[in-house]
Amino acid sequence: MQETIETTQAMIDHLAAVNKILEKNHYSEGRLIPILQEVQAVYKYLSKDMISYVATSIGVPPSRVYGVATFYAHFSMQPKGKYIIKLCDGTACHVKKSHSILHALYEKLKLSDEKRTTDDLLFTIETVSCLGACGLAPVMLVNDSVHGQMTPDKTDEIIDQILAEEKAAAANL
Amino acid sequence: MSEEKKTLFVNNREIEIAGERNLLELIRKAGIDIPTFCYHSELSIYGACRLCLVDVKGRGIMASCSTRPEPGMVIFTDTKAIRNMRKINVELLLASHKRECPSCQRSANCSLQDIARKLGVHEVRYKQTVKDLPIDDSSPSLVRDPNKCVLCGDCVRVCAEVQSVGALDFACRGSNARVVPAFDSKLAEVECVNCGQCAQVCPTGAIVAKSNIDQVWDAIYDPDKIVVAQVAPAVRVALGEKLGGFGMGENVARKMVTAMKILGFDEIYDTCFAADMTIFEEATEFLDRVGNNGVLPMFTSCCPGWVKFAETYYPELLPNISTTRSPQAIFGSVARKTLPTRLGVKPENLVVVSVMPCTAKKFEAQLPKFSQDGRPDVDYVLTTNELAQMIQSMGIQMNELEPSAFDMPLGFSTGGGVIFGATGGVMEAALRFAVEKISGDPISPIDFKMTRGLAPRKEATLEVAGKKLRIAVVHGLGNARKLIEEMKAGKVVYDFVEVMACPGGCVAGGGQPISHDKDFRQKRAAGLYDTDKGRQVQKPQDNYWVDKCYAESFGGRPGSHEAHTRLHTHYQNRSQLFDAKSPILRSKKEDALPICVTICTKQSHCPGQELLGRVVAFVKEKNWADSVNVDAAFSSRPEADGTISVTVGDVVIPRNDSVEVTFSEVKRAIENAFSR
Repeated sequence: MQETIETTQAMIDHLAAVNKILEKNHYSEGRLIPILQEVQAVYKYLSKDMISYVATSIGVPPSRVYGVATFYAHFSMQPKGKYIIKLCDGTACHVKKSHSILHALYEKLKLSDEKRTTDDLLFTIETVSCLGACGLAPVMLVNDSVHGQMTPDKTDEIIDQILAEEKAAAANL
Repeated sequence: MSEEKKTLFVNNREIEIAGERNLLELIRKAGIDIPTFCYHSELSIYGACRLCLVDVKGRGIMASCSTRPEPGMVIFTDTKAIRNMRKINVELLLASHKRECPSCQRSANCSLQDIARKLGVHEVRYKQTVKDLPIDDSSPSLVRDPNKCVLCGDCVRVCAEVQSVGALDFACRGSNARVVPAFDSKLAEVECVNCGQCAQVCPTGAIVAKSNIDQVWDAIYDPDKIVVAQVAPAVRVALGEKLGGFGMGENVARKMVTAMKILGFDEIYDTCFAADMTIFEEATEFLDRVGNNGVLPMFTSCCPGWVKFAETYYPELLPNISTTRSPQAIFGSVARKTLPTRLGVKPENLVVVSVMPCTAKKFEAQLPKFSQDGRPDVDYVLTTNELAQMIQSMGIQMNELEPSAFDMPLGFSTGGGVIFGATGGVMEAALRFAVEKISGDPISPIDFKMTRGLAPRKEATLEVAGKKLRIAVVHGLGNARKLIEEMKAGKVVYDFVEVMACPGGCVAGGGQPISHDKDFRQKRAAGLYDTDKGRQVQKPQDNYWVDKCYAESFGGRPGSHEAHTRLHTHYQNRSQLFDAKSPILRSKKEDALPICVTICTKQSHCPGQELLGRVVAFVKEKNWADSVNVDAAFSSRPEADGTISVTVGDVVIPRNDSVEVTFSEVKRAIENAFSR
């Protein structure tokens, strides 16, 4: 019985954050997009359960919420990594060979056009059309930090550094 | 304000504006049928298909469906530019449409085909770009072929706006846009109530009723089988439209019986007989509820679309739904019980076919609760359209046939059974029975006209022998939802409510011929009311053959033990379908008992959590843990703690304030399930 209560408690705690978001938005159908944005900010992606939960909570058919979640590129229904790498492939970056950075990332993280997130949920690679920093081309974002004038070697260094930090953090636990 | 008439010009003709919502309606009034896919007068305006283009002088080319008429507008419905655009738009639609027209169910009855022909599109200049998306035939009622979808959104809007279900919506965008159930699930796995209104509004063959014609032919051609059919009331006033030679709403029952005999059906009976019997049970149940302080209001249970809707959205109302089976299911039960002896056929050789105006009846017929010894009470359900197709395939000219009568005794019915096919009909028939029983005197006149017509909600208070009966009739599930919400808010109080899922009732069901006549519902209903008027016997209680059927096979009277086991049913709580769930126990067995406990996430210490813990401990203690699937469903719905609850198989246990009381009921339900 204790075990069951612990399992469900985990889910309840998990959903408590969503409840807060729903409350803040008054369970309002008109606030669907802000609700989904905030839910995704917490969980990094929108799971089937989350979409259903939001839909039944605000009284909108799940098909409608699914429609919204699949319409906007911003929303993801796939789990995303802790570090989201946004590689720019706008005109300036493209001319400056952004694709070589992409291949370096793919190789380093064993990812591909089809598989964009590492199995350990540490990294997700996305290509974006312009980050508005064309002077730094080719440019990429790792979460909120900007890295300009990228080269394949520099890419390797950045990833290695993150991996080292993660390892150190795990060791300290 | 000037009294002057407001006018505008359509193709140089002056036309009066008389409150039309948009240019399209006004132009159609002027006698020009502008082509369109996505405009549907009963739905919201979408403006997607870009076929209803018109040129408004000074403003340019615009969609007439989404432009308001203004006085003085100068409109041209056909210019060179418009003609070219329309053609291009249709060609583009055709280029991404799976063009298997001759073998499509909607061939010759397809708006895309129709418009392409009218506009003279003889060649498609664009590359064919059909994506090979999988066909969804998971539902027993409907088949979706996304490769034929033109993304007009009619089905999306009818489902959400008229039925307030929303089982389908657009997903993704651009060239990936598609109409799908939530999460790209299959239709059978979502909240779809199988009403088929989507198939009625679909301009192409992207959503159609699932066909059971082949199985029926196989049974007919099998020399060992005796194939009997029941035909629902609404079929007889719509079948003629499909076959030609009959007037709109004309009752073609007698010629239809002849045609069905030619097709090879051995016996043809009338669902109206079972409808009369439904009234015996349902009205008796109602009187019992009224007399013994039972749960009120009582809702009718004839419509499987409505029943699934209630099971999904209002599980707390399941005790309010009459336990009487639908006429189709009652007929199935009576047929299985009486026909083997009467016709001298082995039970396994009796094939029961229904002809229904309805796609949800296909869903109903396959529910395990309507079967005995693994044999469904009704083997196959054909829609009106399917019967028409069978008749056409044999080349039968039905309008030239001699009429014949339904086979007896299950072919005899009263006018009360016939009007079941129109909204309000079940209520009226039930009142003919109940009012007479309460007052104790024969009633006259026997019409209860306040139940008739197409008003979204019809309500009345009847005074019978000093008793007040508050009744309401709704059709269209959106109207049902409104009524229920008002009822829950305490704004309205009723004793007896009839609900039909389809607007207009069964005459406009999902299996009926698609009609472009704007008054088709009234005309078909008028055919049924005319038939009722022409009947010598109009009150269900005067059906002598039903009396006899009770005496011989169902315990002598409505509400008897025998009637209860074979003519009544129970309902399933489907409300946990879309709750976020955590699996707690998983069985490897296929027939594992599903148990689902709802936990409210809005309460800090929801008793559901403790309840779930105790349920798990209980099944483990009994050594049943490997024969159950236990799930926790998480809900933040405001009523979650009050109404939903625990489901054990299809038994709903409403939550009590005391965990102790709820748990003992859950225990009993689990024990019952295992003792079976």
